[in-house]
Amino acid sequence: MTPDNIQSLGYIVPELILVLTILTIFIVDLAMPDKEWLGDIALAGTAISLLAVARLVGTPDAALFGRMVVQDPFAVFFKGIFAFATLAALWMSMSSTEIKRINQGEYYGLLLSSTLGMYFMASASNLLMAYLSLEFVSLTSYVLTGYLRHDRRSGEAALKYLIYGGVASGTMIYGMSWIFGLAGSMDFGHINAALMLGDPNKLAVFIAVVLMLAGFGYKIAAVPFHMWVPDVYTGAPIPVTAFLSVGSKAAGFALLMRFFYPALSHLGSDGTWQFLPGVDWPQLVLVLSMVTMTLGNLTALSQRNLKRMLAYSSIAHAGYMLMGFVVLSNEGLRAMMFYMVVYYLMNIGAFLVVMIVANSTGREDIDGYRGLAWRGGAAPAIAMAIFLFSLTGLPPLAGFVGKFYLFAAVVRQQFYFLALVGVINSVISLYYYARVVRTMFLDFPDGSEAPVTVSFSNGVLMWLLSGATIALGVYWAPLINFADQSLQFFTG
Amino acid sequence: MDHILTYMTFIPIVGAVVVLCLPSTAHNLIRWAAAITTVPPLLMAVWLFVNFDRTQSGFQFVQHTPWIPSFNIEYFVGVDGISITMVLLTALLSFLCMFASWGIEKAVKGYFALFLLLDAAMMGVFVALDFFLFYIFWELMLLPMYFLIGIWGGPRREYAAIKFFLYTLAGSVLMLLALLALYFSQTPHTFDMTKLMAAHTTYGHTFQVVVWIALFIGFAIKIPAFPFHTWLPDAHVEAPTAISVILAGILLKMGTYGILRINYGMLPVATAELSYYFLGALGAFNIVYGALCAMAQKDLKKLVAYSSISHMGYVMLGMASLTPQGIQGAVLQMFNHGTVTAMLFLLVGVIYDRAHHRDIEGFGGLASVMPVYTGVTALAFFAALGLPGLSAFISEVLVLLGAWQKYPVLTAVGASAVILTAGYILWTMQRMFLGKVNEKYVGLPEINGRELFTLAPLAVIVVVLGFYPQLVLDLMSASLNTLNQLVLASL
Repeated sequence: MTPDNIQSLGYIVPELILVLTILTIFIVDLAMPDKEWLGDIALAGTAISLLAVARLVGTPDAALFGRMVVQDPFAVFFKGIFAFATLAALWMSMSSTEIKRINQGEYYGLLLSSTLGMYFMASASNLLMAYLSLEFVSLTSYVLTGYLRHDRRSGEAALKYLIYGGVASGTMIYGMSWIFGLAGSMDFGHINAALMLGDPNKLAVFIAVVLMLAGFGYKIAAVPFHMWVPDVYTGAPIPVTAFLSVGSKAAGFALLMRFFYPALSHLGSDGTWQFLPGVDWPQLVLVLSMVTMTLGNLTALSQRNLKRMLAYSSIAHAGYMLMGFVVLSNEGLRAMMFYMVVYYLMNIGAFLVVMIVANSTGREDIDGYRGLAWRGGAAPAIAMAIFLFSLTGLPPLAGFVGKFYLFAAVVRQQFYFLALVGVINSVISLYYYARVVRTMFLDFPDGSEAPVTVSFSNGVLMWLLSGATIALGVYWAPLINFADQSLQFFTG
Repeated sequence: MDHILTYMTFIPIVGAVVVLCLPSTAHNLIRWAAAITTVPPLLMAVWLFVNFDRTQSGFQFVQHTPWIPSFNIEYFVGVDGISITMVLLTALLSFLCMFASWGIEKAVKGYFALFLLLDAAMMGVFVALDFFLFYIFWELMLLPMYFLIGIWGGPRREYAAIKFFLYTLAGSVLMLLALLALYFSQTPHTFDMTKLMAAHTTYGHTFQVVVWIALFIGFAIKIPAFPFHTWLPDAHVEAPTAISVILAGILLKMGTYGILRINYGMLPVATAELSYYFLGALGAFNIVYGALCAMAQKDLKKLVAYSSISHMGYVMLGMASLTPQGIQGAVLQMFNHGTVTAMLFLLVGVIYDRAHHRDIEGFGGLASVMPVYTGVTALAFFAALGLPGLSAFISEVLVLLGAWQKYPVLTAVGASAVILTAGYILWTMQRMFLGKVNEKYVGLPEINGRELFTLAPLAVIVVVLGFYPQLVLDLMSASLNTLNQLVLASL
């Protein structure tokens, strides 16, 4: 279905709601002296946007605005994740002591703008739109990262982010120009037809693909484009870090999947994908995946700052998710989508506990967690243990189920070596996750630590996330079915 | 009683939730609540023992419900002759260990809640017949165990806890890959163990060997077999008494149980090929190695820990023999080791609670200070060294008889260690109980009623099975003979 521009508006209601909310925030920020309401407005707008996304479930596929963006179940699935990530980030921002000191109106506006960009990243079906939305997300992220103007770490992080981002997106757009040169079009559908039916130069396609991987790899934090991650995650305000670690990564994956699968491959009848013969990008990404998870985990071993440790853990998780990407099967893609949701729960949860501790004690290093369970912080300590063990991939937590599906897809396609590297990495990661748990439970406080208190709103979010992490670890059939249904790309 | 195994598995979890809801200062209430929770599973175990059909080799008391249909994962439990002995042992030791934990004063609520969770996971491992479910329970044990050693353990508890955790996880991730490989080898894909066993002829040779080794490493870490054993002495020494009992009494058996259930049942060709090296030779080596290490120990608990490694070697040797006597002796040894070692660890706990150390050289002449304690310890020690008339004698003889028919050299090596065992046990008894009374310990109080209560049932079992092992052998012979035939047919 190809509705005209006016009809297309009906399909982007969630985006329109976000735009409206952003404008409202800016106006209220100007007009009202009391800034207390800004967070609530942002929260309400995002919630409504999420409802609008939910309404799109089951809507027939469509190409909107002259095939610039598409409406399909895959896009809806990711928009849901972005909306949830934004809700959690807003919720955290409203009680963060870091955010209290800064100009709130612009902050919330930028956060929602970033979400808007992610929505379009998930639905872009044209190289131009893909690039514009990715840049939009990047630019807003740079500002959000550097938002703590009086904190040198924050400024440094933003600058590094900007420089790496500039290099990566420059490389990517150069790769896009090669694709355009080869296919004669920027539309994903036309690219697919041109490359599949024509006889393009294999080497040229391969080079273009590698160049574009720079941009995607930078967004999902895969080696060798991961260097910005530790500094940005450490320097940015914690809610922003949580938001970037989930939202930005998921958006990168959404674009990556849509470009490499429906745009550059075609689906066989048995649920496996065939890429252009002779262009061996899966081998390349396979190596990247193994290096990413190994490097992330090994470096995380020696980190003493929790945010930095979680940054390396986030790199490692990009590697795990890439496992589902290289096996060229729908099972792999479904496992990635499932993992994205699970990763949202446990990673936001972990950052939430980091924020709770930082709010009370001002500390982000591991020594600030000494004996946390024994000095009034039993609830955050237990929740943190749940999130960290889930990140390790231990049953009966959701992280295990996510990894299980990834490994299942990998073993199914007989990538045994990749599977072996993956499971060994899980064991390595246990060491640094368990070290935090050890500090919280097995060490006892020496009396010098500040007490940790949990505000009501943070407590609610914390128990929601940890409850969902356990619940999805015990019964996940609805989610995997939903991921299955959502694994449909618009083609036409 | 259709869902009896489900009840046995999940009642402790209900108990854990109840314990969590109790006020954390009501220590006695928490202790009693936890202890009472373990009673219904124990009674059900007795009921199972009475009603188990000993002539059947298949699975009984089966329950089958879909869990995640899209991936063909089921909730599927049942027992056969191999697992029923372990189910009985688990129910009994879970109950007794609650009373052995009475002295815990630190964070009582957390301790008992975690302990009950551990109980449920252990029971789940032995009754699960869906490979995925088995894996979930297998991993579920790790978390409570980590905390129980790590929070309530001795001075080096942090090191011991993480070492245990890392070793076991490293083994179980290999098991995860093996279970996925088995799952995808079938059409339609299935985790159903009975179907995976029935399909044993469809696996290719290389596939069998690779999967067998991956599974074996996972299980060998649990047994623990040399060279994967180094976590055990650390974990045992640092763990609180009741946790040591559970570790030695039940957790170690999961390794050998897994090999019998999965390696033997699903991969008989590889088993026939590899059991000599991986189980027989390694088992004989373990017997001697464990005994020699035990002899060198100064710490009583470490001595018992190494003696465990030695005794688990008999299980491996018996299994490897692929003779009816050998394999029945192996499973009987699993049961007997569970009761005997549990007694030994409880007894170590008794003396540690009084003297606050476990240095064998630091005692002396305890026989005149604590005569009852000395008597019970003597019984347990004699059982451990395989004195005729006590349970472990029967199982060790069966193992050696069975193994002799196939591997006379290995059997001779294994049997020679009986002398070493007698050596370290008698020498320990002499140093601790005989000789001059150590002045420091003249006033040491005698073993009390609660401690005797935890030991008495085990002592009775040790003596009764010494004279009448048929009680346990009858349960398992049908299933084990079928399994043995399956492997022999692949030779």
